[in-house]
Amino acid sequence: MSDQTTNSIAFVADGTIPPSPPPANETGVVKWLRDNLFSNFTNGLLTFASLVLIYLLLKNTLPWFLNGIWQADSLAQCREILNGNVGACFAVLTERWHQLLYGFKYPGDAYWRPNLALLLLLVAAAPVLFFDLPRKLLLFTVVYPFIAFWLIWGGTILVPLVAFLGCVAAAVAFQKLGKNSFAAGFFTAIIVALVVWNVGGALIPEGASDNAWLSAVPSRDLGGFMLNMMLGVTCVSLSVPLGIALALGRQSDMPLIKWVCVIFIEFIRGVPLITLLFVASVMLSYFFPPESTVDLFLRVVIMITMFSAAYIAEVIRGGLAALPRGQYEAADSLGLDYPQAMRLIILPQALKISIPGIVNVAVGLFKDTTLVSVISMFDLVGMIRGPILASTEWNGVYWELLGFAALLFFVVCYGISQYSQWLERRLATDHR
Amino acid sequence: MKKSVFLGAATIAGLAAGAAVAGTVDDVKARGTLNCGVTTGLVGFAAPDANGEWKGFDVSLCRAVAAAVLGDANAVEFVPTTGKTRFTALASGEIDMLARNTTWTFSRDVDLKFEFTGINYYDGQGFLAPKALGVSSAKELDGATVCVQTGTTTELNLADFFRSNNISYEPVPVETNAEGQQQYLAGACDVYTTDASGLAATRATFESPGDHVILPEIISKEPLGPLVRHGDHEWGDVVRWTLNALIAAEELGVTSANLEDMSGNPEANPEVKRLLGTEGTLGEMLGLDADWAARAIAADGNYGEIFAKNIGEETPIGLARGLNGQWTDGGLLYAPPFR
Amino acid sequence: MSTMTDPPKADFRLSMLINDTRYRSLTFQVIAAVAIALSIWYLGNNLIQNLRAAGLNISYSFLGDPAGYDINQRLIEYDSQSSHARAAIVGILNTLLVAVLACITATFFGVFAGVLRLSNNWLVSKLMAIYVEIFRNIPVLIWILIIFFIVTAAMPAPRAYLGEQAERDLVLGLFAFTNRGIYVPSPFFTNGFGAEGGSAVNWLVVIAVLILSHFATRFVNKNAQIKQEQTGNRPNTLLLNGLIWLVPLVAVLFILGLSWDFPDPLANRFNLRGGLQIGAPLIALWFALSIYTGAFIAENVRAGIQAINKGQTEAAAALGLRQGRIMNLVILPQALRVIIPPLISQYLNITKNSSLAIAVGYADITATLGGITLNQTGRAIECVLLMMLFYLTASLLISTGMNIYNASVKLKER
Repeated sequence: MSDQTTNSIAFVADGTIPPSPPPANETGVVKWLRDNLFSNFTNGLLTFASLVLIYLLLKNTLPWFLNGIWQADSLAQCREILNGNVGACFAVLTERWHQLLYGFKYPGDAYWRPNLALLLLLVAAAPVLFFDLPRKLLLFTVVYPFIAFWLIWGGTILVPLVAFLGCVAAAVAFQKLGKNSFAAGFFTAIIVALVVWNVGGALIPEGASDNAWLSAVPSRDLGGFMLNMMLGVTCVSLSVPLGIALALGRQSDMPLIKWVCVIFIEFIRGVPLITLLFVASVMLSYFFPPESTVDLFLRVVIMITMFSAAYIAEVIRGGLAALPRGQYEAADSLGLDYPQAMRLIILPQALKISIPGIVNVAVGLFKDTTLVSVISMFDLVGMIRGPILASTEWNGVYWELLGFAALLFFVVCYGISQYSQWLERRLATDHR
Repeated sequence: MKKSVFLGAATIAGLAAGAAVAGTVDDVKARGTLNCGVTTGLVGFAAPDANGEWKGFDVSLCRAVAAAVLGDANAVEFVPTTGKTRFTALASGEIDMLARNTTWTFSRDVDLKFEFTGINYYDGQGFLAPKALGVSSAKELDGATVCVQTGTTTELNLADFFRSNNISYEPVPVETNAEGQQQYLAGACDVYTTDASGLAATRATFESPGDHVILPEIISKEPLGPLVRHGDHEWGDVVRWTLNALIAAEELGVTSANLEDMSGNPEANPEVKRLLGTEGTLGEMLGLDADWAARAIAADGNYGEIFAKNIGEETPIGLARGLNGQWTDGGLLYAPPFR
Repeated sequence: MSTMTDPPKADFRLSMLINDTRYRSLTFQVIAAVAIALSIWYLGNNLIQNLRAAGLNISYSFLGDPAGYDINQRLIEYDSQSSHARAAIVGILNTLLVAVLACITATFFGVFAGVLRLSNNWLVSKLMAIYVEIFRNIPVLIWILIIFFIVTAAMPAPRAYLGEQAERDLVLGLFAFTNRGIYVPSPFFTNGFGAEGGSAVNWLVVIAVLILSHFATRFVNKNAQIKQEQTGNRPNTLLLNGLIWLVPLVAVLFILGLSWDFPDPLANRFNLRGGLQIGAPLIALWFALSIYTGAFIAENVRAGIQAINKGQTEAAAALGLRQGRIMNLVILPQALRVIIPPLISQYLNITKNSSLAIAVGYADITATLGGITLNQTGRAIECVLLMMLFYLTASLLISTGMNIYNASVKLKER
């Protein structure tokens, strides 16, 4: 029997057959190409069309870019060197880079000041943007605005110092009184700050800025990409608190406050930023006391801050609305009053939801700072359209300058939007 | 001047107290700088050079006023203004004077409440056309596309000119001179119109200026001059007489080079002496010290020197004196006597 | 049994204004009202004082004065003797024109790029991602300038088309692409209403006929639907519908005497005459706004499509629907509900961003009323206020209209 059994099985494999390689067109590059580029006729057509498009783009721009001239004194000289060939004249960037970045009036020996301020900005912003960093770094963030102000505008250090002391005094007052009653603490803090500022201001001697270690720079002399950055950073950071206040005001059950907030937000969102800038440049000075003039930079900061605050308020309102009703009720049932409930329960959650939206508004706002060129401020676009293109040497150089501006904005905005996407993934606590 | 830190902080950011009320002369003296409104960039008249220094014909006038009032020709804060912002900037006190090739017109003087303190350049509107177009007169421009700066009197003159000659045109509005230049060179318009001086300045920056002609018609009167706010007569007088001093200095042969000799020379023409403050009390009457005019002339030279240095025939802009010559040379410049 | 009693009536103390919730909101509102009134009084007082000091006043009578300047792009009759108010209306119409055009093309670009970005073709989806990122992250002002320079630098001057021996012929004998704009044949009516058939009434008549046709086809389709429900057979309405659209239109155009005005290269030595000129600033602004906003819309479309549960696609596939029909019948109708609200705000953005026309010399409201009129009359406050009023009204109208539409397509939930 056993013999028969063994014989009836002709062959028994004593091991597995080694896997044969997949067919040639199911592996590697070929498979990838087939799956991703030529899966069917339409797809193949699309791929072909895209390749043609890419080819056309590169054919027109690559020689222009590669032939670029980096050293010349004027456009005419550039053309001479190029000798009829297609090529860019990047020399305008190498010759005027300081004007593009800092404006044409900022003192050349003080370029390190905005540079340092930018560097410190990264340090100051880090703990706000990345939650993993030690919270103690926030202390530096609090001090940063005063340091940056001093670095960029220069003058006597007493001014930012007194301003800082005023804020510290206000914070202390709020700590002391705010425990019992938020309103009392809040108003006392404002009064304390005003008192410190006034007293301190009276103590600063006249002309203290004249021989300061950092020479004073009037804000009219700021310009170039630095101006865009400053407007962007200042206005966004000022408009977040204002936006929170507006969003809360819009949700308030006090009809007067609610309607004031609604009208403000809808008004600002209904008009283009450019009309608000016109207001800043041609109208606002009529609304200040006759004996004072407020400088254009400050007026523009006021208008842009109002503009972005309205948008941020809407984003935060979305965040507030997205919170389940139970959170509000839970806060009430714990016996928390309104400021406590907002501070401890509602806002932390609502803000977390709103952060990507706020970042979007910030990017949009940063791009919109180019509009100040329309009201004769020399930001990056203003520098290009004004002094540089008007100069005898460089009139006619458009692509290089606008391309450079586009590149600067792209790098910054793309960086921020990548951060926002990272943050969104990070904050996504729901499971999908 | 009392100020809080809040204001103090903003002062550096810009909230500066003290304008209009005390009178502009006192304000300027208290501030230590003159805020002078200029164009955002017209080579030869006012434009920042590669080092960020403002240069030009209008700029020199600002420097002369600063020198007369403050004794320092560099104590000027130049405020670039557009066609839109210039009048508000002046009316609101952001600037003390406007020297931005602004045409003296009835409505600006009377309705907008400004005071033109004289004429520093007699201009007229002309047309710039490529030679290849084969046009020899502006009246042949029927159907042409014309680049014109918006918000200027040129825009209105243009409409009037074509209307009165009963021919049609297409306006291409541009914001700045640089933009107009680019549009014109790209062929987006057939002719470019602006003040003849501006045309010359623009043509000078072209690669081949010889390929373009300025048509013979001058279609308007464009008296350009500095202006100040209505009602502040002391300040108006300072600006007016600084300009007159520059013009008179040329007439009297006082230049920045021979200024020292002239003022030290007891044999000089009595009017020169009055002008330079070695005789009489003209400066005192104006609320300034005696050698105010000498300082103004020392800043950038007399009218002729300023003209020659910025826009004269030796410069790329190459403007002839023409109407802007002294009355003794057949021009229109005629400074009232210093007496 | 417990009886309800009022809380003990405490005497009113001043501190209750802050601490008692019954009074607190009142207190705050009174404080707010006083603060608002004070600041309005302060600003208004400053305004009055400043105006008095400058010897100015607020008056809108300048709107009736002749404007004195010409506008190259206009939808209604206008010349330099027309009033400032008419110039403002020309500007308003131009703003609306570019906004409507840009909204349409931006939606097209956006949907196109958004759908293609989800394509399984690697190259295409990457290209679309690059398009979206590049255009989203660079200010629209820079895009407007770049595209304007492309238009003015890359296209030939009209001179190339002019004269007997022109360098270029009209494309198909009908179109001319120049750096001053594109010339296309323009329709006009030889025996319509108005002088030489030039009245806008003619177009209203044509539009009215189209609207009537629309309702007629709806009526036909409704009948077909009823018939289908009764008998199960749907009568073929294609031919009938086609006739309803075509016959009245052709008839009315024939009666009005439609004919075409072609661009003529021989009539003038500077420009082409005749036809319709779409100016270069309009093209630049239109294209820049649509391609910039298109990138944002693409992201909205992508998010909308991705928001649809994968089960929907699978369910549709299980029903045996083809790829294209899955998109059209199942995914897009649902995705639209997600897409429309952000789309509304993009349309609002286009309308507001059209104010950047000022950078390329397009005669919109910001350029006419807020630009030239403001400069020429010096009436800054009046002009800026009127301009803001217009934008505010336009924004509110658009958002109201779109919200009504949004409500009509919203998922009807129980």
